[in-house]
Amino acid sequence: MAENSWEKEGLTKEEYDKIVDLLKRKPTDTELGIFGVMWSEHCSYKNSKLVLKGLPTEGECVLQGPGENAGIVDIGDNQAISFKIESHNHPSAVEPFQGAATGIGGIIRDIFTMGARPIANLNSLRFGKLNNKRVQYLFKGVVAGISSYGNSIGIPTVGGEIYFDDAYEGNPLVNVMSVGLLDHADIATATAKGAGNPVMVVGAATGRDGIKGASFASDELTEESDEDRPAVQVGDPFLEKLLLEASIELIKSGALIGIQDMGAAGLTSSSAEMASRGGSGIEIDIAKVPVREEDMTSYEIMLSESQERMLVVPKKGKENVVKDIFEKWGLHAEVVGKVTDDGMLRILNDGNKVAEISASLLADEAPEYTREIKKPEYLQTIKEVNREKIKSDNFSEDLLKLLSLPTIASKKWVYEQYDHMVMTNTVVGPGSDAAILRIEGKNKAIALTTDSNGKYCYLNPYRGGAIAVCEAARNIVCSGGRPLAITDGLNFGNPMDPEIYWQFKNSVQGIIEACQKLKTPVIGGNVSFYNESPKGAIYPTPIIGMVGLLDSISEQVTLDFKKEGDLIYLVGKNIDELGASQYLELKIDKVDGTVPHLDLDLEKRVQKTVRSAVKEGIIKSAHDCSEGGLAVTLAESCFENGLGINVDINQPISDEALLFGESQSRIVVSIAPSDLHKFEKITASNSVPYMEIGTVQGRKYKFNELINLDVGEMKNKWETAIEESL
Amino acid sequence: MKAGVVTFPGSNCDHDVYNVLSKIFGFDTDLIWHQKHHLKDYDLLVLPGGFSYGDYLRSGAIARFAKIMDPVIDFALADGLVLGICNGFQILLESNLLPGAMKVNDNLKFVCKNVRLEVNNNKTTFTNHYRENEIIEMPVAHGEGNYYIDKKGLNSLIDNNQIVLRYASKSENPNGSVENIAGISNKKGNILGLMPHPERCSEDIISPGRSDGYRLFSSIAAGLKAGGEQIG
Repeated sequence: MAENSWEKEGLTKEEYDKIVDLLKRKPTDTELGIFGVMWSEHCSYKNSKLVLKGLPTEGECVLQGPGENAGIVDIGDNQAISFKIESHNHPSAVEPFQGAATGIGGIIRDIFTMGARPIANLNSLRFGKLNNKRVQYLFKGVVAGISSYGNSIGIPTVGGEIYFDDAYEGNPLVNVMSVGLLDHADIATATAKGAGNPVMVVGAATGRDGIKGASFASDELTEESDEDRPAVQVGDPFLEKLLLEASIELIKSGALIGIQDMGAAGLTSSSAEMASRGGSGIEIDIAKVPVREEDMTSYEIMLSESQERMLVVPKKGKENVVKDIFEKWGLHAEVVGKVTDDGMLRILNDGNKVAEISASLLADEAPEYTREIKKPEYLQTIKEVNREKIKSDNFSEDLLKLLSLPTIASKKWVYEQYDHMVMTNTVVGPGSDAAILRIEGKNKAIALTTDSNGKYCYLNPYRGGAIAVCEAARNIVCSGGRPLAITDGLNFGNPMDPEIYWQFKNSVQGIIEACQKLKTPVIGGNVSFYNESPKGAIYPTPIIGMVGLLDSISEQVTLDFKKEGDLIYLVGKNIDELGASQYLELKIDKVDGTVPHLDLDLEKRVQKTVRSAVKEGIIKSAHDCSEGGLAVTLAESCFENGLGINVDINQPISDEALLFGESQSRIVVSIAPSDLHKFEKITASNSVPYMEIGTVQGRKYKFNELINLDVGEMKNKWETAIEESL
Repeated sequence: MKAGVVTFPGSNCDHDVYNVLSKIFGFDTDLIWHQKHHLKDYDLLVLPGGFSYGDYLRSGAIARFAKIMDPVIDFALADGLVLGICNGFQILLESNLLPGAMKVNDNLKFVCKNVRLEVNNNKTTFTNHYRENEIIEMPVAHGEGNYYIDKKGLNSLIDNNQIVLRYASKSENPNGSVENIAGISNKKGNILGLMPHPERCSEDIISPGRSDGYRLFSSIAAGLKAGGEQIG
């Protein structure tokens, strides 16, 4: 064996020595390859595990926390929701169409292996600025990939968010959250138990695509990353659709012990993890695995990441039940091995042993590292914003410019390419604070959102992480729901860099505190490190995917003003702050200043106030203040019905901050004048700051003496901005 | 009233239309597997939306060779009611049950949104609950909905009043189809193919105030009930 063979597998000398020590011998090529992927960051979370242990994972509604393919929350009536977010950043950076497509394929499999039927997907995307040709290529490719795969498989894409910022130019982020519905009785697990039970590979045949994709995902992108294109898998949504239907049928058949997706590190990780969870061993003869290429080595078969495959452990004697179901859907189902009681993952090739490693060693005993941390240098140079330099001499024009920033502008160009209505459950689709889906046959509904502001996290990772959770919860509340739980997609740079690790640790700490305060446990998630390009690391971007519950569909709320004469209220308070805002970027193209202040107690009271008012049935519209501040929030509420506003706020803060500052914990609501007293009673009982700021009126947008614009003109700019930048 | 909804591998609107037929209109509805050779007695067959066989090669091009298509074609030619929605419309074209062909959308992109339609022919079994020339709204969701037919074929469609639904105007046409065609019938009027999805707008809860798809199914149901009574 070559002198430093471990390097080829992405392992360090220390890790190699540990392997030799644990095995009490040198590993074979295949074994070393297996360790390489299993102990990669992508599979083992070796650099993040210790930090993630602090996340709150328990709560009344949690039926399954982290550790399985996806978490599960209870929604009553013996029904449950399984959901999880996952990244596919590196593949999308080198091959955007297939990278994004297979990202969807992977996360959907995580959901249906839990026994749930996927009912919605959301995409959280980050790109560089659209004036860059390469960025345009990546953006169009990712959207086309999501459209192609998601539409074909027949799961609606109901929401998500997209930000455009130079920090993501060389390393875009593609995070997909998938959400599934199931009955408690159908909960499946990824466990291999019962010596003698057969182990089956079902779905697609195995090829040479995506070999070592997990290792590729655990490295920085370089100028040469294009050469890694073969590490990107190719997706087949048609096959996935068949696999989805067959798997759900199989889970309902009762023939099953356990089922797991073959995602990152393919057959290797699925078998090691299933065995380890069940305290069992697994023996596989790779000569029995259906392949689609000739002369594949045991190394290649074990490490292939060919898509649309699952590992299934049925009860002994039920092999034909599995075969019949998969045959009906035109898919392979082959017995490739069996469950054993010796705890070993044993790989045979036509009867000859090529690898034998303790399954728990691979799945659970990867090294855990506490990386060095150091407060980043750049934070020393963060200054308070010089207000003189960013004075506005034309507020109307500045608002129009903000509405045309691709990050704020309507994402219609994107979501009209996604089927967001199939399955006929979409009550509120993309473009809202949160998507709302009815639960068929019941009166209730769920609300879904993803959120994260990378600028905030860059300038203050702790507060940025907390704000991401708060904003997600606020979006759920604005849609009429009660926040239940979250999944976190943690996207960061290279964890070996102490400054990056400091960002990571602090972001997670922010998430922990916000989750504790809002009582929204984390039921699963994904860590994506090494998001760096030659230009440097991305902003720390912890994306929060949240699910909320509406007890009754009649409690749904949308963001648009409904009727002239309705009163507009601001719940929360305006603070004289402009740091980290989109307005600042517009004026001086800089990411600077103090991240908006966050008071978790106030946040909680604001959300409680709006929820109580929703329950009373007096909220006609609700929209949370985020990028672009109050002025943009009000504009977005005008657009759907083309209604104008007359807003007058007299407050001793600068006009720029009043209009465009991004103070947290604010929700704009509209109510009928007749409900005024009911509303004020609710605000008083929650001792929350609030103010009446104006009325819904006419077709003009009027804000103090500062802005007077035609709503139609504003909407047009907002709606066409993305298409025009392409 | 008995209805059958064909499930091809890759169909993904089969359950949606099944739900509308069975739960809202009370049809005794079956999902019919694509490998069946025979059909039971149905009053209505639906070829649903989706991506049959992945829509590889060309939309509907492989589905036309499915085993189930032989009895479906027999049923259609014997004047049975056949409704093809989206991918179902594409399959009807590929099977020559309806004239013309489908091309990729003019802008080469998948499009999913609500569009306004004009009811061009309200005399069919499928549309008699609409008013003539009524403007209605339905969602579309397709990448290949750009209906094409040659001049001679188009004249024949017009002469026989086979253009049932059009997009309300050229600027609202989401795919570039000839004459803004959104849905056509055969000459006898027992087969309808349309790109829009009536099953996605038949319930107020998911399409408040614009449940225009409801009347397409209510037209069919009312026709069958009246016909049944006459026979009975």
